[in-house]
Amino acid sequence: MKEKVLMKGNEAFGETAIRCGCRFYFGYPITPQNELTEYMSANLMKAGGEFIQAESELAAVNMAYGAACSGGRVLISSSSPGIALMQEGLSFMCSVQVPVVIINVSRGGPGVGSIQPGQADYYQATRGGGNGDYHLIVYAPSSIQEASDIIGKAYDVAEKYRNPVMVLADGMLGQMMEPVLLPEMKEALAEEDIPKVKPWALAGHKDKREHNVIKSLYLQTEQLEETINGYWGKYETAKKELPEYEAYNLDGAEVVMVSYGSTSRIVLEAIDLLAEGGIKAGLIRPITLWPFPYEAFDKIGESTKAVVSVELSKGQMLDDILIGTRGRWPATLVSRTGGVLIYPQEVAERVKEFLEGVR
Amino acid sequence: MEKRITIITGHYGSGKTEFAINYVMAVKKKHESAALIDLDIANPYFRSREKQGMLENEGIAVYSNVFGYDITADLPAITAELRAPLEDESMHAVIDAGGDDSGARVLNQFRKYFGDGSTMLFVVNANRPETGTVEGAARHMVSIMDETGVDIGGIVNNTHMLKETSSKDVLKGYELCKGLSERFGIPILYSCCRKDLCEGLEKEASASGYDLGIFPLSIFMRDAWMDNNILRRTKYGV
Repeated sequence: MKEKVLMKGNEAFGETAIRCGCRFYFGYPITPQNELTEYMSANLMKAGGEFIQAESELAAVNMAYGAACSGGRVLISSSSPGIALMQEGLSFMCSVQVPVVIINVSRGGPGVGSIQPGQADYYQATRGGGNGDYHLIVYAPSSIQEASDIIGKAYDVAEKYRNPVMVLADGMLGQMMEPVLLPEMKEALAEEDIPKVKPWALAGHKDKREHNVIKSLYLQTEQLEETINGYWGKYETAKKELPEYEAYNLDGAEVVMVSYGSTSRIVLEAIDLLAEGGIKAGLIRPITLWPFPYEAFDKIGESTKAVVSVELSKGQMLDDILIGTRGRWPATLVSRTGGVLIYPQEVAERVKEFLEGVR
Repeated sequence: MEKRITIITGHYGSGKTEFAINYVMAVKKKHESAALIDLDIANPYFRSREKQGMLENEGIAVYSNVFGYDITADLPAITAELRAPLEDESMHAVIDAGGDDSGARVLNQFRKYFGDGSTMLFVVNANRPETGTVEGAARHMVSIMDETGVDIGGIVNNTHMLKETSSKDVLKGYELCKGLSERFGIPILYSCCRKDLCEGLEKEASASGYDLGIFPLSIFMRDAWMDNNILRRTKYGV
């Protein structure tokens, strides 16, 4: 019988990836995700995988690029400034359509920033920190259990869409402990089976087929445009197939808060505090940040007078909320940033204040 | 609580910090002067120094890094001042060490204080994967003793599953600690239990004929919002 264990987020992310068939990890230490790199260094080889501590994040992402081109299940992880260094590689991987899972245990920014939890990588994750026409598919779990469930899904989505998938877990999720039910161990794809499952992979043609080419450079601009148009349809499909969100207490809510990741749990407590003061508040929690679940706002009823983005950044998700609300409700921001957590009491007080202004 | 200096070690994530804070508060009730020394140089979050203000209000001195209240510093360098409570014979000191042998390594520079007047405890949570068996827990215990050159004087059963804890968890942990205790000849000093579960646990323990040495825990290191029920909502698009 499977039993829950008590794990730190970073450990659980690593163990889950191994159980989902990940056999390649490349990374460079950075707080607050170090336990993940450490966990992979201790455990990936036991599962028959390869761990390399690269000399930098730039090296790590390009090692991942190589291993993914060969058809391996790859994990890379870092935290905000380290993810910034990886953007070139992510753009390259999107341009050649290779799947990889990347975990960002985000912290306060910009620049080197702080090591405390932050959500200011929203633009970097959802708008693309690299060059060119591409998207990352981005999941934002709010608990360690959900992160574990999502990592398994992330590999499937990455391979189905042939696109990097980011799991955006803030530092709080990486560092906190929670009971978690891990997935069953899944064997990695055998080398001889890679060409069947991933016919595009550089797994060796063995004189039996034309050799595969994976390249990111185009000397003819029309060819590059054709390539981009060729893969762009999958992003349109993703917008229909992938959006996920959770909604709570929307019926009769006077105010609806929108929040993702661990911050959404702080908001849940704020909802209880607001209820004590006679204000009914609801929550929309995007689980996918790209594609963003804009349709969630169509679930909001007539009782709602305002929408509030609660995020640990200066109003980055607020842009998507403005797209989703289409001016139907006044929307505002309640946030802290730089690695400072927001607490339920502060959320409740500031939401109440805003609501009084629009009533 | 006989010894003047108590060092708290264990596998990381076993709950050393929560136990250390509760323990030093219990020590303060018995003794005039008590200090908590936060020697955790491994963890970036959830360190006992975060509770410095609360502990100081209780009259407990807190020693941690050279940056004092600046708890988010990436390189938490320990302060030389923390030798004061170790040298002061009138002070009862509780040392919260970092996790594993690597976290305990920092103890070495203070070894001259760890004689007859001190004891080193080993905290175990049987729900942590690496200490879920006697073998696993023993491996961590031996590596900490090897690293520090200090013998462990007592085992603390801190088996829990956060809000999902039941008395079964504590009893399971006690069984595991019994195995450790028998193998090394080291006594089990306490079984930690969240205060609201103590009564039920006591009943179950006496029915099984166990003397757990229940140590009631207040939870200081985990904010309430972390345990919000995340199952009460409706998911879409999944």
